[in-house]
Amino acid sequence: MNSTRDIDALIDLMAKLPGLGPRSARRAVLHLIRKRALLLTPLADLMQSVAVTARECLNCGNIGTSDVCDICASHKRGNGLICVVEDVADLWAMERAGVFKGRYHVLGGTLSALDAIGPEDLRIPKLVDRVASEDITEVILALNATVDGQTTAHYIADQLDGRTLLTTLAQGVPIGGELDYLDDGTITAALNARKSI
Amino acid sequence: MASLALSELKLSHFRSHKHARIDADGRPVVLYGPNGAGKTNILEAVSLFSPGRGLRHASAADMARRPESLGWKLSGVLHSLHQIHEIDITCQEGGARQVRIDEKAAPQLALGRIARVLWLVPSMDRLWIEGAEGRRRFLDRITMSFTPAHGDATLAYDKAMRERNRLLKDMVRDPHWYRALETQMAEAGAVIHANRQAALVHLAAAQDQAETAFPTATLDLIAGDAGMPETSDDFCAALADNRPRDMAAGRSLIGPHRADLFATYAAKDVPARDCSTGEQKALLVSLILANARALARDFGAPPLLLLDEVAAHLDADRRGALYHEITALGAQAWMTGTEMTLFDTLGDAAMYVKITEIDGLSQVAQHDA
Ligand SMILES: Nc1ncnc2c1ncn2[C@@H]1O[C@H](COP(=O)(O)OP(=O)(O)O)[C@@H](O)[C@H]1O
Ligand SMILES: [Mg+2]
Ligand SMILES: [Zn+2]
Repeated sequence: MNSTRDIDALIDLMAKLPGLGPRSARRAVLHLIRKRALLLTPLADLMQSVAVTARECLNCGNIGTSDVCDICASHKRGNGLICVVEDVADLWAMERAGVFKGRYHVLGGTLSALDAIGPEDLRIPKLVDRVASEDITEVILALNATVDGQTTAHYIADQLDGRTLLTTLAQGVPIGGELDYLDDGTITAALNARKSI
Repeated sequence: MASLALSELKLSHFRSHKHARIDADGRPVVLYGPNGAGKTNILEAVSLFSPGRGLRHASAADMARRPESLGWKLSGVLHSLHQIHEIDITCQEGGARQVRIDEKAAPQLALGRIARVLWLVPSMDRLWIEGAEGRRRFLDRITMSFTPAHGDATLAYDKAMRERNRLLKDMVRDPHWYRALETQMAEAGAVIHANRQAALVHLAAAQDQAETAFPTATLDLIAGDAGMPETSDDFCAALADNRPRDMAAGRSLIGPHRADLFATYAAKDVPARDCSTGEQKALLVSLILANARALARDFGAPPLLLLDEVAAHLDADRRGALYHEITALGAQAWMTGTEMTLFDTLGDAAMYVKITEIDGLSQVAQHDA
């Protein structure tokens, strides 16, 4: 190892990223340094700017660079449908699939007494507000098929009972299979074949 | 090769074994050697080719060879019906157990779909006398052998119940939260209850139809003091009604986790717990064999049988009958005993592995009769 201290520190930080380990982090850093003008400098600039501007949408919890995200700001997306997901990664996976034309609501986790995550820690009260204030006709619960995901789905269904149509993604979403890991075709099929609860 | 069998079993840094390898064919495997040599450790290794914590119900960390405690690895080639799977089970130092089937990471429960493993160990000699938990575990293992999805239902039920127990302990009063968990407990609980009942029907049929030297056991599923509602809706309603009592107790008082298995020595109409030690053992052997026969028919192959010190408490006639039934079934039974002579009547029908121990290190030498 003949790297300087900063480069080592950069490698250590990169290795903390999901999907990267110490080996791949070293390769990535080496690559960045070799492509200094093409990659390293623009990346550094963007990171600096995103560090300042990235924030959660006050309405839905999506991550963007303004107080209200593009999806919530777009009138076209206000079609009366809300898709409830656990995490921003799930929202992005749905957007990649490109089938869903409504808005989202990101809970920011799932109910878990054992992990001390209660309804107040999730964006559930805000969801109840939105159903009343945004003329919502259908809420799609796209939560994982884990016990915690389903507990959260039942909980929300209980809160919204009688206020709107409630549906879930169809079977075909593997048990415990997180939305984020599904391919676009599976997401599209699950959304099209959703059923009411 | 039997239609369900392990060939090539390798143990690395697993309990008293540093590097051990057994090349089995489909025949029963006799492991013999002095006390403490490392025989049961090998059965435990084989038991991990099914979902769960194995026949000692131990943690992955306990299985790491001491004093190094570096983590361990098991690998085996599993012949299952007409398929051959390479299975690796590893545990990194301080980590959880990881299963790979044909070089792909797989959940433990996936093992239950390709393998069936049943066992009898000396600690089960007191199964009919001791607490209900051991009998439930015994019943659930039988049930899972018929219905692998029973494992999924059990996991979901336990998780939902632990969540609800935490709410009870923390005196949370949000009825929506309880209902969300109780709905899931009720769904999984009804499935568990139905699976268990179906398993008992299978076992009863397999005992009825068999000619065997072992006594028939009549089995009943008992719901526990508070009863077990039959449908998931009734169970859900009962859980809601029971919240105040459960909160006082700090845990859920009704449900399949409170069930018990009641066995009767049928020919004498005597509860198993009142039978002699030898009779109790014979009942267990009888149930394992019935389970194996039922699987031979339903699954298409008899299970791997792990019979630890099975010769103890069985007289020579019963032992002979047991070996005869195992070979007639074509099951790969892994059996242990201190002396090779205990297995004399098996002769060439089995393969033999001598296990000894030198300075805390198990040595394995396989040979034919
Ligand atoms: N994690 C471990 N590391 C090293 N040795 C172990 C470990 N766990 C158990 N042992 C040793 O294994 C031996 C017991 O092996 P076992 O297979 O139960 O013997 P037996 O041949 O009587 O069935 C004991 O000597 C015990 O100390
Ligand atoms: Mg032993
Ligand atoms: Zn938004």
